[in-house]
Amino acid sequence: MGNSRRSFLKVAGITALGIGTKPVLDVFASSGGNGAEPKSEVSQNEESLTAKRWGMVIDTRKFHSAEDLDPIIEACHKIHNVPELTEPRHKIMWLWGDEYKHVFTHREHELINDRIKHLPFLVLCNHCEKPACVRACPTKATFKRDDGIVLMDFHRCIGCRFCMAACPYGSRSFNFRDPRPFIKEENKEFPTRMKGVVEKCNFCAERLAVGKMPACVEASNGAITVGDLDDSESEVRELLRTNYTIRRKPDLGAGPSVYYIV
Amino acid sequence: MYDKNKIVTGLVIFVAIVTFPFWYNLGKAIPAPEPKLSEKAKAAKECVVPKVDMKSEHMQILDLWRDTVVRDANRVYKTGKGKTFNMSLSTGEDSCTGCHDNKAEFCDKCHNYASVDPYCWDCHIAPKEKKPEENK
Amino acid sequence: MLELALKGDKKYWGWVIALLAVIGVAFAVYLKQLDFGLGITGMSRDVSWGFYIAQFTFLVGVAAGGVMVVLPRYLHDYKAFGRITILGEFLAIAAVVMCLLFIIADLGQPMRAFNVILYPTPGSVLFWDMIVLNGYLLLNIVIGWNVLEAERNNIHYAKWVKPLIITSIIWAPAIHTVTAFLYCGLPGRGFWMTAILAPRFLASAFAAGPALLILLCLIIRKVTKFDPGKEQIQSLAKIVTYAIIINVFFLLCEVFVVFYSRIPSHMSHMQYLFAGLHGHGALVPWMWTSMTLMATSIVLLVIPAARKNESILAFTCVILFIGTWIDKGMGMISGGFVPNPLHHVTEYMPTLPEILITLGVYATGLLILTILFKVAVGVKEEVGGLKDSCESC
Repeated sequence: MGNSRRSFLKVAGITALGIGTKPVLDVFASSGGNGAEPKSEVSQNEESLTAKRWGMVIDTRKFHSAEDLDPIIEACHKIHNVPELTEPRHKIMWLWGDEYKHVFTHREHELINDRIKHLPFLVLCNHCEKPACVRACPTKATFKRDDGIVLMDFHRCIGCRFCMAACPYGSRSFNFRDPRPFIKEENKEFPTRMKGVVEKCNFCAERLAVGKMPACVEASNGAITVGDLDDSESEVRELLRTNYTIRRKPDLGAGPSVYYIV
Repeated sequence: MYDKNKIVTGLVIFVAIVTFPFWYNLGKAIPAPEPKLSEKAKAAKECVVPKVDMKSEHMQILDLWRDTVVRDANRVYKTGKGKTFNMSLSTGEDSCTGCHDNKAEFCDKCHNYASVDPYCWDCHIAPKEKKPEENK
Repeated sequence: MLELALKGDKKYWGWVIALLAVIGVAFAVYLKQLDFGLGITGMSRDVSWGFYIAQFTFLVGVAAGGVMVVLPRYLHDYKAFGRITILGEFLAIAAVVMCLLFIIADLGQPMRAFNVILYPTPGSVLFWDMIVLNGYLLLNIVIGWNVLEAERNNIHYAKWVKPLIITSIIWAPAIHTVTAFLYCGLPGRGFWMTAILAPRFLASAFAAGPALLILLCLIIRKVTKFDPGKEQIQSLAKIVTYAIIINVFFLLCEVFVVFYSRIPSHMSHMQYLFAGLHGHGALVPWMWTSMTLMATSIVLLVIPAARKNESILAFTCVILFIGTWIDKGMGMISGGFVPNPLHHVTEYMPTLPEILITLGVYATGLLILTILFKVAVGVKEEVGGLKDSCESC
């Protein structure tokens, strides 16, 4: 009598384990598809633009005022359904303009030349070579693709905002509320985001995939050039060879891929 | 037994709560719905995989697609039979909703019946019908 | 043993019901937050972490502070602490549960929280934070429960508990170091990028945790038949004294480094906190209050007559707890985010819904603490509570 309940539980436990093993093994054995059919495969579009390491060169000499930046910012925000929030705390910005002393905090000084002093500079995610945000993300929802673009997987993001704390450039925005009511004109060709996820410039990965240049490049009238930093024959490398360029906070070692011709 | 009244009362309340879905929905059972295919979908004859497999596995296929599109830059899916698809739920003519362009008649019919509430549409823009959709 | 928590007088049940009411209100507000989004808080694009994460940071310290009772007992055979190790362990449980709740409350997509386990990322400090927090919670539950149960049955606890106890002593500083590592490895945040952040967190933890424990011991002595002991409280007070002195010393080290080097990007955060920056100074009165409270508590702790007087000690512990809470729970987060990486100032103040949810999490922690302490005190009252929990450990 003393041990019968204990032995019953032991037998029941082992039986449950035995019955449960097969279904568990089955799940692991099947690789998520029908084994009978010939395998399906995935590939890139033929016309997609590729690079070993994407980079961007912004020729700030082609801009003269904030008005010059507006159509570029508008192009980016419009095709990506970036909402226009009225509450400044909740603003979402993928691309925006700011003054030299704010953009280049590590090299600004009082007596900078007049042209630079009042010129607005375009600010965006730098798609760093060694991105702090990617190191910080606990789910790899933000990740660096092999070709250098730092992307967000909005399906996986848990909204912890560690990446926002990690980014030394302030490039990231969080959806503090549902963005849809604040999207003026929905672009049906691109999803919106939902509340509770972080977003930022995605280097127009979806346009590169179908052979188009990023929206900001097209809207910039030649001021912004995008290309392969690892291809010594590329246009961006030519620009970098022949012009003096600076990057934001280079001493932090993040390796930003956005260069500014000043 | 001790506390007979309390126990029996508690038991009755428990059974009532637990069987609530059954007696509340008495007489409301309806047959499973048939999603209505759009003209485009009918013309295409077969989807990414045969209908039976699509029915049970479309979410797994979408999961596979989203990981490979977002993370690996692959957007072209070639089935074992050689047909190619653009791996997208909602972008463009050859995405899922490019063909299945009536959410209420196709997607929602089964989802509502099965009480499934996928949050895909929080981000992916559902195809708009003639009458304005409500935005959540 | 949980049945011990079901027997209580009117005051006990009144307290429990009051806590449940606060939790209920907070839960309703949290549902609103789930529906609307984190926009109902005071957080912004620039100050993207606020009250919730600040409370989590502070409470990790309080949880780690429990080790200050366990360590002397098990590594240095200080038998007197044997009486109250269970209180330290149970406090740790309540504190860690609050930490986890605050993290969940802060997530933009909490239903996806499991992704941290589904897609483990050992390169991310947050991944390790999840591991150490849950591990510490599990350790304290297993250890606390087994030791208490053994005490109730008047036997030595099982042999396998001892290595767990030693593990928990090492684990406790680890949880707060990992939490500090969340902050001090971020390249763009000069206020946090200091090697002394982890030591400062620990010093603050070992001051605030035992200070709270002293207050809890005094309350227990008043409302129950169990007396944690005058000697125990005095030993804790000595620990708190050294810890708070070290904490303030570390803070002064930071102040020196920042203001003697005169580097603007380093000074700006301290300037914002203590003097205001570009006309924004909402936190200035809070920070100076915190400094005053901590300094006063040092004076009252160092003077033996004041430390030995339990009424003064209680007052001192209260002001110390508030002072460290402001320093870590308010100054630490805002200071790091203000000014932002582009040197703009966006201030942060919690909103009412945010405060209500915070109070709800605190009430949950207090409820767990109440229940666990009721069980512990119940056991001690049962067995007479005068001897050490284990005489031949």
